[in-house]
Parts: sequence; structure tokens; C-alpha cells
Amino acid sequence: MTTALQATILVLVAAGGLAVVVTREPAKQAAVSSIFGLLLAALFFSYQAPDVALSQIVVGSVAVPAMILLALAKVREGDREREGSGEEP
Amino acid sequence: MSRRARFVLFAISAVGAAGLLAWAFAGLPEFGDYQGRYGRIVAASAVPDRSATEAVAVTVFDYRALDTLGEEFILFVSVFGVLALLRIHRGERERGRAVGEGRRGPGPSESLRLAGRLLVAPVLLLGIYIVSHGHLTPGGGFQGGVVLGTAMFLLFLSAGYLAFKRVRPVSVVEAVEAGGAAGFALIGVGGLLLGAVFLENFISPGKSGLLTGGTIPLSNAAVGLEVAGALIMILSEFLDQRLLVRERSR
Amino acid sequence: MTALAYGVAAWLLVVGIAGVVTSRNLIHLVVCMSVVQASTYVLLLGIGYRSGAKAPVFADIPTGTRVVDPVVQALTLTDVVVEATVIALLLAIAVQAHKRFGTLDPDRLGAIRG
Repeated sequence: MTTALQATILVLVAAGGLAVVVTREPAKQAAVSSIFGLLLAALFFSYQAPDVALSQIVVGSVAVPAMILLALAKVREGDREREGSGEEP
Repeated sequence: MSRRARFVLFAISAVGAAGLLAWAFAGLPEFGDYQGRYGRIVAASAVPDRSATEAVAVTVFDYRALDTLGEEFILFVSVFGVLALLRIHRGERERGRAVGEGRRGPGPSESLRLAGRLLVAPVLLLGIYIVSHGHLTPGGGFQGGVVLGTAMFLLFLSAGYLAFKRVRPVSVVEAVEAGGAAGFALIGVGGLLLGAVFLENFISPGKSGLLTGGTIPLSNAAVGLEVAGALIMILSEFLDQRLLVRERSR
Repeated sequence: MTALAYGVAAWLLVVGIAGVVTSRNLIHLVVCMSVVQASTYVLLLGIGYRSGAKAPVFADIPTGTRVVDPVVQALTLTDVVVEATVIALLLAIAVQAHKRFGTLDPDRLGAIRG
């Protein structure tokens, strides 16, 4: 892989990492983290590592955002319940 | 300490850590100038030794199989932790109420339902392909296992929670996951029994094609089962949490 | 190129930890941990790279061609999947903490009693 391609993807990955940290809303962060996972997979492809890229795609773009959204949904249900029944937190 | 003080402390430490990292990285070889001998030996001897064309799979499941055993048990214990944390939570709210019956919600949209149903079988097939060809082409137990787990999750998305629950009676999935983890360790013990080292590749490698690599396809299958089972357990614990609690507030 | 390749790994590490330190939401904190994990993958694979070499899969190239290091790839690939389950565990802890304290703000959590 040409060095120019690798350099471009490295810069994109650095920007993606910053974007994931700067996004404060967890729901939006799940989507940004999915894109960051795809950028990482592209980087791993350019490093001639197809196995690792395959792992990263299925995990970082599918499994982890799903888990984040489910945890968020659970937290919101807990919030709504607490307001509904007037429990003390 | 206050947020400002914490952030200032972090900033100072980050500069120090970045300096140390820069000093450490300066001692690394040039990018692209790999100098290790072990990697070269592994790459040169993977194919003649084991007749499996994927050097990475040979490293993961044969030369460095002990590392993989450890990683696999990290996975197993993490799933155990997720279950322990979330099941206690669920038990508190489940008193005197039927589980998941009469679930009324907006449900998935028609296009999602159709797309999901069309995709479940191909994704399952893709997962099985990736697991079984792990020693020949990129892929293997870890990647294929996650793909299999996401096929099950697609079933949930397209057909709703009750269909998912019918497909994964809890005890079967738990047994599958534990069986996968135990299977990998037992393959290692097989090496011990046959008079060699733990995790030795004791099946003779074939010539070419799907049945090469000795114990590597078996290890791939065991790991694939374990990872798929782990992902299904984690997702279904989070889902159980969400859907059961929503029922109560109706 | 060397500076860029290793520098991005160091940058991801520092940015991820900065996110963890300044986070106001436990779930945001856990996702920043995944950025820190990504920095280790970038560093490991960067070390194993050889210029002009191919992927270590000999299904379609003759044995003996120059390939990148397969050992670091082996380490990284199991690592990627396993760290996903560790993230799941951290998310479960965050959900439990929310249940106990009613808030996801790390500054307002009390001591976790057994």
C-alpha cells in the first residue's frame, strides 16, 4: 500500500478519535464510534492485516454500538420509571 | 478535588506522558523496517509445517495457542460479569409478573422486518463460512463467531423479542458458550494425552483443502461457538433488561 | 511517516484518557475507553509492518514472499474481540451505577458499597 494512502487514513483515524471523545451525547457517540471503527478497519487493511480488519469491522461497527444503544435504553427506562413512581434515587 | 484541579493535574501528567512516549517511540525501528526474527520464522514455516495457508490463524491457534486460551477465558469471565450484574437487577423487578407476554409496542417497520428476514439466513451462512475457512483465508473463530451472533440479533430486530427468545432458550445458549470454551481447553488436553505438550497440534496436517491444519479447524469451531454464544448472551441480557422494565410501567 | 504512524497511536491514547478524565457521563466514559484500546492496536500493527510486503495469507501468493509480521496480527485480532466484551462489562457496571445512584455523572456518584 502506498505511503500516501496510509498517511491519509492515519490522519483520518486521529480526527475520528478526537470526534468520538468530543461528542458528549452517548446516542450520537454510538454512531460516531461506528464510523471510527470503519476508519480503523481501513487503516488495518492498509497495514496488510485483513484478519484484524475483519475483526474490527464486525466488532467496532456492529457489536459495540449495539451495546451502547441498549445500555442507553436501559438507563432511560430506569429514569422514566423513577419519575413515574416518584421513587427516591 | 474540583474539576479544574483535576483537569490541570491531568494536563501536566499528559505532557509528561507524551514526552515519555515520544522518547520510547524514538527507540523503535523505522516504520516499515520490521526487524523481528520470530515473525519471519513463523511466516516462513506456517505453510510447510501445518499446510494451512493462513499464517495468522496458525499463530493464533497453534504457535501461540496459550495466549488465545487466556484471551478466550477473559471473554468468558466478562460475559459472566455482565450476567451477574444484570440478572440481579432483573430479578428485583420480575416479581409477580409474566415475562414478555402481551408485549405491545410500535414494533419494527415493514422494511426492517422484510430486510431482516431476508438477511438472517445469508448472514448465518457467511458466519459459518468464515469460521470454517479460518485456516485458509482471513477469518476464523473470533470474526465468524461475532458474525453468527449478529445474525441472531438481526432476528430480534426483524421479528421482535418473542421470536428471539424462542430461538435462544437460555440454557441452550449457555451450554453452547461454555461448550466452546471447554472445547478449546480440551483440544489442548488432547495434546497432553497423546504424549506431547499441552495444546500441541496432534492431528497430522493434510495436503491441501479444507481439512488441513491439524487441530486448527477444530479450535476455530470451538472459539466460534464460544464467541457467538457470548455475544448472544450479552445482547439478550441487555434486551431482557430493556423489555421487561418497559412492561412494568404500562 | 514514522512519526505519523507512532504519533497517531500516542495521540489516540492521550485523547482517550482526556475524554475519560473530563467525562460527565459514564457511558461516554466507556466509549472513550474504546478509543484508548484502539491506540494499542494502531501501535502494534505499526510495529509489525514491512514496507512493500503483503498480507500473511498464502492462499494466493507463493510461499516465501515477503509478508508483514503475523505475530502482532495474531495478538491484535483476539484482542479486538475480547475488548468488546470488556466494554460490555463496563457498560453493565454503568447501568448498575445508574440504578444505585440515579445519575450517570461520575462526579456525583457516591461510594459503591457491596
